[in-house]
Order: sequence, then structure tokens, then C-alpha cells
Amino acid sequence: MSETATHTVQVTADDRPDRGLRLADEEMCLSAEDLKLYYGDDQALKGIDIRIPKNRITAFIGPSGCGKSTFLRCFNRMNDLIDAARIEGTIRLDGEDIYGADVDVPELRRRVGMVFQKPNPFPKSIYENVAYGLRLQGVKNRRRLDDVVERSLRRAALWDEVKDRLHENAFGLSGGQQQRLVIARAIAIDPEVLLLDEPCSALDPLATLKIEELMMELKKDYTLVIVTHNMQQAARVSDFTAFMYMGELIEYADTDTLFTSPAKKQTEDYITGRFG
Amino acid sequence: MKRWFKTGTPWIWLNAGAVAASMVMVFGLIAMIAVNGLSFFWPSDVVEFEYQTERDDEPRRVMGELSRSQTLTAQAAREAGFTVPDDQEIVERSLYKIGNRDLDDRDFEWFLEDFIRERSTPADIVVLERLQWGNFYGYVRAFEIGGEVVAEGDEAREAFEQRMPETRELVQEINRIERFEIGRVNHDMEQLRLEERGIRRAIEAGLDGQEEREQRLEAMRAERAELDEQYSELEERRNELREELRRYAVVLETADGQRETIRLSSIVHAWWPNDMSTFAKMRHYVGAFWDFMTGFPREANTEGGILPALFGTVLMVIIMSVVVTPFGVLAAIYLREYAKQGPLVRIIRISVNNLAGVPSIVFGVFGLGFFVYFLGGNIDQLFYRDALPSPTFGSPAIIWASLTLALLTLPVVIVSTEEGLTRIGGSIRHGSVALGATRAETLWRLIIPLSAPAMMTGLILAVARAAGEVAPLMLVGVVKLAPNLPMDGNFPFLHLDRAFMHLGFHIFDVGFQSPNVEAGRPLVYATALVLVMVIIVLNLTAISIRNYLREKYRADSD
Repeated sequence: MSETATHTVQVTADDRPDRGLRLADEEMCLSAEDLKLYYGDDQALKGIDIRIPKNRITAFIGPSGCGKSTFLRCFNRMNDLIDAARIEGTIRLDGEDIYGADVDVPELRRRVGMVFQKPNPFPKSIYENVAYGLRLQGVKNRRRLDDVVERSLRRAALWDEVKDRLHENAFGLSGGQQQRLVIARAIAIDPEVLLLDEPCSALDPLATLKIEELMMELKKDYTLVIVTHNMQQAARVSDFTAFMYMGELIEYADTDTLFTSPAKKQTEDYITGRFG
Repeated sequence: MKRWFKTGTPWIWLNAGAVAASMVMVFGLIAMIAVNGLSFFWPSDVVEFEYQTERDDEPRRVMGELSRSQTLTAQAAREAGFTVPDDQEIVERSLYKIGNRDLDDRDFEWFLEDFIRERSTPADIVVLERLQWGNFYGYVRAFEIGGEVVAEGDEAREAFEQRMPETRELVQEINRIERFEIGRVNHDMEQLRLEERGIRRAIEAGLDGQEEREQRLEAMRAERAELDEQYSELEERRNELREELRRYAVVLETADGQRETIRLSSIVHAWWPNDMSTFAKMRHYVGAFWDFMTGFPREANTEGGILPALFGTVLMVIIMSVVVTPFGVLAAIYLREYAKQGPLVRIIRISVNNLAGVPSIVFGVFGLGFFVYFLGGNIDQLFYRDALPSPTFGSPAIIWASLTLALLTLPVVIVSTEEGLTRIGGSIRHGSVALGATRAETLWRLIIPLSAPAMMTGLILAVARAAGEVAPLMLVGVVKLAPNLPMDGNFPFLHLDRAFMHLGFHIFDVGFQSPNVEAGRPLVYATALVLVMVIIVLNLTAISIRNYLREKYRADSD
């Protein structure tokens, strides 16, 4: 496993605040043990072991079809929605097996939020989008809803842009704003982990920058796991990076190490752009 | 030429032509119905003329309203036995409404224009719309109270005009007493009768609690006496009013000099069309249209209004909507959201789609067999035994008509709702599930509200189809003449077990089953116009609701 990486980090043109982190020093939040996933007869994940540290940003990179999004979806059991998908192995959230028999799946999804590749606000007002998760939990108190909506939108750095039109349809927002709205919606129910599945791939560079700043901000409170196609993005925002290829975890280390001195040839080929 | 084809211009012309043709047909249809239907209420001039053909020894004085004219070939007229000058090639003939059916059987008569002489429109011709025998055309000669002439000539007209409003009020009062108060007493008595039958049957069967039953019967005797008394009081009051009404009469003279005394009580309206300003005619027009919409039919439906048919149509469509929407939506949700998509679901879907293609009369037959005889018959056996053998729900009724149409329109609602559900993509569903919603929560909080516009589309199509359907209704609830509306002031107010009148059937009845074809003709158009308007209003209501919902749940169409 990759926590043996001991390479000293070279100072790069990188202004990440948390440089020099080591996996070994981290408190762990999520872990997968020998995770295998099959779509019918095809094996999409071939026995992955990983431990994801708390209050950090962990990025999964790899070429298309390598299984990184599928893997991400295992953490909140979104793969359950696919009839043909079958999972072996365990995933633990704070030590509990989330595939255990007595797990309340909706409750798990409240603890592990998710943001999708394409912004998917509900065709409702901005306010109702953010309040949706709370309403699901039966919160009816207007003041509490107002509070949470405002706090979540502020945390998602969207409040100033939308505070005058909270009751307008969310589809009136730009793509970047919609994605931040979706993040606000996810953090409104106060999850422990936030899974982001290529959250910026449908956005322009400026909107991407905003989301990235937002992620840096959010990791103070949440554990973030991001799937990205964009290696610069992984290098910019993540503390730890996992490189996946063909359903296998090839290398996992702190981001500086992985990008500056990868241990495996495949990783190096990928990050230097020789394939993928 | 070849290049012109390549540019695609002919294709555009073809498309535009198709649109234009459709528009012409639709607007032509509506315009024809509107013109024919609406002109009926206009108080046109009444002409008086002398008419003598070679067959008549004496000239006839005729008075009437021009209904329509035709052009015949002179040859046809000659064959019919009329002398037409050799150099004349065509003959005009006109249909006049001459009324006065009590004096002369014919309401309408054809006249050859060639033999009409001395055509005039005297200002003092009066038209009376009567409760019986149709219109009367003539001159007011005298006004009588209690059999004695109190005014003659112009004074008579004045006295008559003055008296009419009061007479109308009295007539309305009598109608109110008959329709509502006596109706209520009759209803209560019928309830008592049914209760008594039930109690007697229980006594015969020797069930427990005989004493209480006897007591109840005793109490009922008192109630009945009370009702009888109320009834006779009402009857007396009505007779008094009638007596009062009968005192007033107007003496009229027809064009050919016959005298006729007509009681004011039988006159609905009186007007002097040749003496009316355009404004007065417009007022009359609006009033006549209003009476048509809000009145009850008379004279085998060829006169009076269409209120029962209008009411029946709207009520039936509303009941149908209330039944079909939840049913169709639930079925669609199951098929789309829960059922495992496979051959079985595909077969069900195909069957549902084919159900929409079954001829509507087949639904009528099914409705009669299943709803009326089976369901209705069993309901009567279980809950209305006391009224048997006269059926309560076991005969054609508005509820069965509504249910039959609900069945008929079910496929439309299912198909549209399914389409709406399909359009809501996975990303929104996943978004909801990822926030910890269960499948049911996602369905209720997100998917059903979002697909509401599609459900409304289904309902719009269903309403449009149901409001225009006639054939199956004839088997399951529509009648030519329903004495009572399916809704009134007697408990339980909405009487779903009653047969009802329907605009579509009314058109058929007035147009094809009526003894007085010519009188029915304009009513057919007017009723058709109302039916079209009803459908348009119902549709516009549904469309505006849908647009509101669409706006509320607006989503990018990406």
C-alpha cells in the first residue's frame, strides 16, 4: 500500500496550505477493504483497499472507465440503484460496515452526501432545493428552515448572489451557481462526508475556480472525496490522491508525492500525459 | 425547376398548405355553427303578405318570419304544378315560420316568391313565445281581466305590456313552489314510504325490537300527516296563484282575421319585432340567449332552454375527471416506477393503448352490463331493498355514465402520465436519493409534483374526448328528457343515481328525433355551439392549471 511513501516534497508552484501531510499521520474516516464490484459478469472493481482521512480532500484520478466514479458511489450505496450491480468486500464509515445487514441506507446517505457531475437542482425554488433534505427529515419549523437555508447558502458561497431571489426557480441560475446550490443542498443536512463526482466537468474555468475554493473551505468541516478527470485540479485542491486504472487502485499517496515522484510507472505515464 | 425542388421551398409550401387547410376547416366549422346557432336568437322582422297560387280560390293573408330561401329551377316548379312564365328559368321559394300551431298544424311553410304580393312589415305585429304550441304571430286587439275587456286597440297593447312583468313573477313563483317546495315534500314523503316498507318487512320477519318499530310507525304517521298538510297548503297557494294568473288574457287577431284569446299565464315573452330599435333587439337577443342557457326544455325539446343538458354534461365530465385522474395516475406510477420492466409490463402497456382504440359503443355495452346491471343491481340488493322492484342504482344513471367514460379515457391518462414520468431523468431522482430520500419520498415529494403537468395533459385529452362522446351514454344514463337535475336541494344534494340530459344527445334528439324538424334546426346549431363552448371552457381551465404547474416546476429542457 501507498502509505509507505516517504518522499520529501519539493516546493512546487503550489499554494495549497496543507502541504507535507502524511497518510500515516491522519485520522481515518472511510475505508474500503478488498472491495469488488460486478456489473452482471463484468468486474468493475477488482479488490480495492483504501483508507480515506478525515477532514481532507482525497482525489481519485484515472482514465475514463477505470471505475473511479463507480468506486465513489460505493461510499453512499448509490450503486444499489443499479439492479445488475453486485458488491463484495466491506466499506467502513467510522468503523461501521455500511453494507451491514442492519444499515439504514437513507440514514447512511444523509451522513455521506453526494454532488454529481452535472448540476442537478430540483425544478423548485432555490429555497426549496436547499430545504429539501430537512423537509425529508420532517422539519417544518419555518425559522429553523430559514436559518439552515441561509447558513448552507453562505457556506456554499452562494448567499450573496441569490439572497434576493430565494423563491425563484433554481433553473434561473448559471451552471456554476447551480453546482454550488447542489453543494449547499448537500451540506444543509450536515453530512460527515461529501462525495463529489467530477463536480466541475460541466463548468467554465471561473466557476471551477469558485468550486475549488469552496472545497478548500469545506474540508474544515467535512471529509471530501472527489473524482476528477483533471489532473491539475487534483494537484491544486487535494491533499491525497489515488490513481486508479482498470478497476484497480494503482497508487495512493499524498498529492505532492504522487505528482512529483510516483512510485509506479503507470502513474507516472498517466500524470505526464503519456496515456489516458 | 429541379433546383427549385432542391431548395426545399415546395416542401415548406406543402407544410404551410396543410396548416392553412386545417385552419380553414376548423374555423369554418366553428364559424358555421356560431352563425347558425347565434342568429336564432335575433328577433327578426315579421312580414305580412298576401299569397295566392292558381290552386287557391281566395288569396291568403300570411304572417311569419323568414327562415331561409332556396332557388329552384323553373322546370321543377312546373312539374309541381305551378305556372311559371316560359322565359323564367329559376324560381325562389322561401320558408316562413308562421307559428300559430294551435290554429293550423304547420309551424313552417314554403311559399313561392312569385306568388307573394303586398309584402309589408307592420309595426304592431306581436310575437308571443308560449309555453305550449310554439310562437304566435298576430295583432293585439284587446286586453281582458276576468273575462271582461278592459282595454282595446293601442291601449290593449299598453295594458298587456304593463302586466307582463308581474305575470312573469307569478309564473316564476309557481315554478318555484312546484319545483322546490312541492319537490321537497314529495322527496320527504318518498323517504318515509321507503322507511315504512323497511320497517314492515322487519316486523314480518319477526326481528327483535318490535315495540320500537311500532312506535316508529306511529311517529311516522304523524310525520306523514304533517307532510300531507304542508302539501295541501302548497297546493292551495299554487292554485291561488294560478287562479290569479288565469284572470289576465289578451285577445289577438291573426293575419287571416281569426280571433284568439291567450292567457298571460301561458306566455313566456311578447315582443313587437318590427317596432324594435337595434338596441332593443340586442337586449332581446341577450335575454333570449340567457333563457336558452338557463331554461328547461319544452315541447319535446324543440323549445325552451338546455340547462339540464348543459348541467348534465358538465357534471358528468367533472365526475369522470375526479374518477379517472387518480386511477390513471396510480396505474401509470405503478407501471413506470415500480413494476419490473419486462414482457408482462409491455403486454399490459400495449393492451392499455389498444383500449383507447375500442369503439366507444362497446364501452357503452360494457357499462350497461357491468356497471348498471351488475354493480347497480347489487347495490340495490344490498342498500336499497326497500325501494325494489323499482331500481335506484340499477338503472342508467349519471354515475354509471361517468364511470363508463372514465374507463374509456383511462388509457389517455395512463399514457400521458407515463410519458411525464419517463421525462423526469435519473439525475433528479439520484439527487433526491443521495439526500437520504427513500423511493416513496422521492416519488411523493419530487416526481409526482413534477409530472403533474403531464397528468393534466392526460386529463385535458380525456375531457375533450369525454365531453364529446354520445354513443355509449345512450346506454348508460343519458335520456331525452330528465325531469330532475342530478343535483338539487334535497339530501344528499348530488343524486348520482339519476338519469341525466347531455348536450351531445340533445343535439341528436332535437335534430333527428323531433316531430318539428324545422323548429329544431336552429336549436341543433345553438346546442352544438354551447357544447363546443363547454369543451373549450373545460379545456382552457385544465390548460391554465397545467401552465401554472409547468411554470412552477419549470426545468431546463436539456
